[in-house]
Amino acid sequence: MAADKVDPIHQFHIIKLIPIKIGSYDVSFTNSALFMVATVIVAAAFLYLTTSSRSLVPGRLQSVSEMAYEFVGNMLRDAAGTQGMRFFPLVFSLFMFVLVANLLGLIPYFFTITSHIIVTFGLAILVIGTVIVYGFMKHGLGFLKLFVPHGVPIYLMPLVVAIEVISFVSRPVSLSVRLFANMLAGHITLKVFSGFVVSLSALGAVGIAGSVLPLAMAVALTALELLVAFLQAYVFAVLTCMYLNDALHPSH
Amino acid sequence: MFVTSAFAEETAPAATEGDTHSSTGVPAEAHGTFPPFDPATFPSQLLWLAITFGLFYLFLKRVAMPRLGGIIDVRNDRISKDLDQASKLKGEADAAVAAYEQELAEAKKNANSIGQQASDAAKAEAETTRKKIEAELDAKLGEAEARISSIKANAMKEVGSIAEDTASSIVEALVGGKASKTEVAAAVKSVAR
Repeated sequence: MAADKVDPIHQFHIIKLIPIKIGSYDVSFTNSALFMVATVIVAAAFLYLTTSSRSLVPGRLQSVSEMAYEFVGNMLRDAAGTQGMRFFPLVFSLFMFVLVANLLGLIPYFFTITSHIIVTFGLAILVIGTVIVYGFMKHGLGFLKLFVPHGVPIYLMPLVVAIEVISFVSRPVSLSVRLFANMLAGHITLKVFSGFVVSLSALGAVGIAGSVLPLAMAVALTALELLVAFLQAYVFAVLTCMYLNDALHPSH
Repeated sequence: MFVTSAFAEETAPAATEGDTHSSTGVPAEAHGTFPPFDPATFPSQLLWLAITFGLFYLFLKRVAMPRLGGIIDVRNDRISKDLDQASKLKGEADAAVAAYEQELAEAKKNANSIGQQASDAAKAEAETTRKKIEAELDAKLGEAEARISSIKANAMKEVGSIAEDTASSIVEALVGGKASKTEVAAAVKSVAR
């Protein structure tokens, strides 16, 4: 089993905790589901408990909650205007969910749900689905103007429309792959460097001295991953805001 | 669905691969494929994601966000109210300063006029007193001059008689005979002219 510990892929394995089957689908409660529940509970409890005193002058933790709230609120207002504020709960939920999931994943032995493409893809489809449904609900077929920019000569139109359609379709892919790949790559790198520390220090005194370098690297990478965890949640939320802006104002 | 058929094709070799690996110590849950791309886990992850994220969304929308928004709104209201009150108080303070300065200016004006009146009255009084005293002095001067002139006149009159006496006694001594009084008086008068 010692080989498993160094295996950088080991941390992404899905383990069934409570096997459940509905029809032919396996919907077992897995470690991934457990950490989704943990993410939701941690994020919700943090937001709920830090604001329970409703102080006029906020304490530190209440300030954190308020900062997150106002941060996402301003982001959405800047990108999509005041009309976009109807999506504030969605964007704030996405931001908090992704952020807390990323941060929880940094704790050793914790599973990172955002390192699974299906999870990030599910969130991206939720965003694009909201954009499409709301876009057609609000503008009807006028939503298709999104694919027809103003001021393009007629003979270029088929090409431009094709490009616009492709770029729209690739949005959920890029949105989900960006988050997934960042978390996956970060955790693999961390694991590889930590693995070096373990294998080198098994080689005796010289190995222990040599393992200082990968250890320092692992520490630095942890700091970097902390930044990436926040940054990717931010990027996900910003792009969500921009796509929602398209749903609100389809004509360029 | 085509995904499941593709998945079935994929898992068949994968399962055998997993079997061969299990003898070399790889855990049984390893499907041989890279775990994040293992479609067998997709339904479970999607379902649990939908459940957990859905509940999270509802919780934030119903409970957490109204509370946060409420806290921030109350604070903003309070701040703007405090600012309003502060500016109102500042206005009152400014008005009080302006009123004070106006009163001060009036008081100064009053003080000036009172001082002016007082000095005018004092000057007038001094003037009248001065005039009265001057008049008295003039009167006394006139009286004194009259007295002097009367004394002078008397003295001049007496000078005549003294001169007559002296002249008659000189004549008596020189000539030895008595000169008549009228002659002497006429002679003195002619000399005195």
